[in-house]
Amino acid sequence: MTAPGELRSMGVAEIGRALAARRLSSVELTRELLGAIEQQRALGAFLAVDAERALAAAAAADAALARGEAGPLTGVPVAHKDIFVTDHARSGLPSTAGSKMLAGYASPFDATVVARLGAGEPGRGPGAGMVTLGKLNCDEFAMGSGNENSAFGPVRNPWDRTRVPGGSSGGSAAAVAARLVPAATGTDTGGSIRQPASFSGVTGIKPTYGVCSRWGMIAFASSLDQAGPLARSAEDCALLLSAMSGFDERDATSAERPPQDYQALMRRPRAGATAARPLQGLRIGLPKEFFPAGLAADVAGAVRAALSELERLGATLLDVSLPRTELSIPVYYIIAPAEASSNLGRFDGVRYGHRAAAYTDLMDMYKKTRSEGFGPEVQRRIMIGTYVLSHGYYDAYYLQAQKLRRMIADDFQTCFQACDLIAGPVAPTVAWKLGEQGDDPVKNYLADIFTLPASLAGLPGMSVPAGFGEHGMPVGLQLIGNYFDEATLLQAAHALQQASDFHTRVPAGV
Amino acid sequence: MTLTLQDVSRIAQLARLELSATQQSQMLEQLNGFFGIVARMGAVDTRGVEPLYTPLSAVQAASLRLREDRVTEPDARAANQRSAPAVEDGLFLVPRVIE
Amino acid sequence: MPASPLIRGYEVVIGFETHTQLSTASKIFSGAGTAFGAAPNTQACAVDLALPGTLPVLNRGAVERAIRFGLAVGARVAPQSIFARKNYFYPDLPKGYQISQYEIPVVQGGRVEFMLAGVKRTVRLTRAHLEEDAGKSLHEGYADATGIDLNRAGTPLLEIVSEPDMRSSAEAVEYARALHALVVWLDICDGNMQEGSFRCDANVSVRKPGAPYGTRREIKNLNSFRFLQQAIDFEIQWQIDRIEDGLAIEQATVLFNPDSGETRSMRSKEDAQDYRYFPDPDLPPLVIAPEWIERVRAAMPELPAAMAARFQRDDGLPAHDAAMMTQSLALARYYEALRDGCGQPKLAANWLMGEVSKRLNAEGRGIAGAPLAPATLAALIARVADGTVSNNGARQVFDALWNGAGAGVDATIESLGLRQMNDAGALEAIVDAVIAANAKSVEEFRAGKEKAFNALVGQVMKASQGKANPAQAGALLRLRLQ
Repeated sequence: MTAPGELRSMGVAEIGRALAARRLSSVELTRELLGAIEQQRALGAFLAVDAERALAAAAAADAALARGEAGPLTGVPVAHKDIFVTDHARSGLPSTAGSKMLAGYASPFDATVVARLGAGEPGRGPGAGMVTLGKLNCDEFAMGSGNENSAFGPVRNPWDRTRVPGGSSGGSAAAVAARLVPAATGTDTGGSIRQPASFSGVTGIKPTYGVCSRWGMIAFASSLDQAGPLARSAEDCALLLSAMSGFDERDATSAERPPQDYQALMRRPRAGATAARPLQGLRIGLPKEFFPAGLAADVAGAVRAALSELERLGATLLDVSLPRTELSIPVYYIIAPAEASSNLGRFDGVRYGHRAAAYTDLMDMYKKTRSEGFGPEVQRRIMIGTYVLSHGYYDAYYLQAQKLRRMIADDFQTCFQACDLIAGPVAPTVAWKLGEQGDDPVKNYLADIFTLPASLAGLPGMSVPAGFGEHGMPVGLQLIGNYFDEATLLQAAHALQQASDFHTRVPAGV
Repeated sequence: MTLTLQDVSRIAQLARLELSATQQSQMLEQLNGFFGIVARMGAVDTRGVEPLYTPLSAVQAASLRLREDRVTEPDARAANQRSAPAVEDGLFLVPRVIE
Repeated sequence: MPASPLIRGYEVVIGFETHTQLSTASKIFSGAGTAFGAAPNTQACAVDLALPGTLPVLNRGAVERAIRFGLAVGARVAPQSIFARKNYFYPDLPKGYQISQYEIPVVQGGRVEFMLAGVKRTVRLTRAHLEEDAGKSLHEGYADATGIDLNRAGTPLLEIVSEPDMRSSAEAVEYARALHALVVWLDICDGNMQEGSFRCDANVSVRKPGAPYGTRREIKNLNSFRFLQQAIDFEIQWQIDRIEDGLAIEQATVLFNPDSGETRSMRSKEDAQDYRYFPDPDLPPLVIAPEWIERVRAAMPELPAAMAARFQRDDGLPAHDAAMMTQSLALARYYEALRDGCGQPKLAANWLMGEVSKRLNAEGRGIAGAPLAPATLAALIARVADGTVSNNGARQVFDALWNGAGAGVDATIESLGLRQMNDAGALEAIVDAVIAANAKSVEEFRAGKEKAFNALVGQVMKASQGKANPAQAGALLRLRLQ
């Protein structure tokens, strides 16, 4: 197997500079990546590609670059998790959410995130001019942590194709790790950006709830869903996040804040920082609950190593506590399915999507359509959600969970009085083998323990490559910041990446 | 608490899901497994705690943003019905509904 | 409350849920239009169709109208209210849930007052909450299929819920009329019942006086006052019959069939009892600042009751006339213009309650459709007042003008030759001639027969071809006969 060509290993910032200097053309790069995607089909990362339109967009970008009308991302290729809808008329791409229910679904509009990274929207300003290569595989309706729940087949981990890439943004993580695209979008409801980034050795950030518009994101759990980028470095993530984030009047939960230049914020030197100690004065809290006895030794080792690297870079480490970390599992798995059971009510075979071929009456059509269209995990969560909202159980489950959610959010604020960032592992183990978890859902749910607390609180979280564990599988370091403090997360991750090369390692055979 | 098969079929009916007998008993087992880990949640004393329905209100008092009363969406029926399973005269068709 | 009328020894208990379509230009959660009668699904945008990835954003105009209503009925406008999801499956419900307000509605409490057979009645309101309308299911014209039109889906509704304070179908109808008049007066609803802008659900039960409430049945979607009364009357008899037969009333939702005049139980939507309400995570709490409420209050029109009181106080109208003049804002405005034009409040009211309403009813139009401008009618009334034309004459002039006689009031009086004879000399001549020609009647009058006198007046009028002023003629006759 040959290593990928030099073009494929270029990151977003690097590509941007090369395109601006006209050392590289977007068409050339796009053609190269489309070839690699074709050659790596077995990975299962892509669900849809429209080479013609991608090359046309690349040509348009080259023209804009030639005219000097270009931003830092113009002409840079990107691919979108298939949880984002893409205007079928403009992109030629279906929007499926990884579900048979939406196989071939043609959306009449673009998600805000898609439009902002791409060609923009009439009346809403131009986009960043990135070239969309296609749509990426994911767990059905973003429900899963191994990308084994996609109706269109699993995604394989580029580091070991017998293992999962993580989920639910598994296609995004795998595509970036396999150098099929320099950056991809993902969504994170309970860890769906951070965990696949960790399992696949890439960098991913879930911003504060409300930073990225949810317009055009096929909803899983509305009070938890957040979009974010996966790329090869913190700097590349910063570039994408600056372009995809920001207020959107079409999302009533979108935060009304001025546009942010995360790259500039990330680079802003800290008071008293030196070249050797860029993180001078940064206080990083380590929740003891994030380092339990059951934590896999290889994961603990890599995380500890990364932490001492951060210390060497000027940060100070201190012990903190998030006492309700374990409770976040039942709390999350009550709230998210409850919202999902309602959000998925629209899939009834009436206006779009799958409809059963044969049925006796309306009720029969509903039941057959939904049982055929939804996979087992989605049906399981619909059942849980329907049950906890049903008459007589609401207070004991949903209401109690939302109260505990408040307590979990408060616990974080207590921590943030003592520290600027919270750090720990992303997941208790490295990526598992395909099919290994069997169909014991609880076993999977328990593995989300470290990513759920920040999701419930709505805090920004990140996964940074921290090294490699058993079987040479990547291990991610999780960083959690306070509300809207993405900049500090990126700054710490960037410093770590200036001092380490884990994020530049390329899996064999891609 | 543990669920019964009756609960499972009641919930499936509410959720418009058709589960075979085997699926139902498998579902029952999995749900009870799940509610096993939920039990400890009920033990926590949450009296006087405000539920956190949206993370926005953890930062500041969240309030609903309103749109002005303007018509902004022109007719886009053709595009909107592109993926419709059954349409006639612009209407979505479903099996006859008896009221 | 006065003792309620009993029917076959039973007391009737009625409460209302009224779905009022708010008169916004766009939908409650989307920018699609709300005009009635558009081609199927041409006014249903991506949000209304619940296409994947769409989200709701609340329409300020809908909230503003809810506040206006709350202030008008003296309710509490909640500083913070919550939108919840009501989950159920139905083809005309695109999202699989209806966004509504459940635990904390925007309008809390309040009351509606109206007259019933000359007696003032008050019905307390429980609440009024904002929600989205569903689409329409068309059952005709498709072989064993139902067609779904989602143009109506997302139209803003204010659901107004009353306490079970009504004790007869007559009172129920008066409540519905008063509520209808109010929402139209406030300009928050077009009031078009045929188009479903104002739909009533009546909860009806019966009980022996003093007994606890009976089990209620809900009559759905009554969209005319006549049907409303028929449906409730039928339902009352039906329930009493059952109870008298020793049968129990089961709680049910029923539909009224105008053709048979009967109510029948709907095929109950399965598991309709478990809507799994929960706060909509797409919509943070609706916060209404006191300043906003004050701005709305400042822009409120004068309410009918206050206006009627003013007409009694300042114009000296009897209570009944004042009430009639404030049946609609348009009528009240016409009355005020007419009153100011002729300076005769009572005459103005009489004309509006008499000739004008007669013509409007006959032609089935509202005051807005009256072909006569208030100024024109005022000029005519002034001519009656100054004796230029008799009341009968004025009616003829009115008809001519109403039917479009181009000329002005005076010209029309002339052209119809209706000007009263006020020339004393000419009248004296006629009177003398009549006395001379009717010696018999004169004898009888002198013998004390008033009827004879009237006959003489009639003769004078006849001789003057109706142009004599009857009062004048009478006075002159008496003078001469003394």
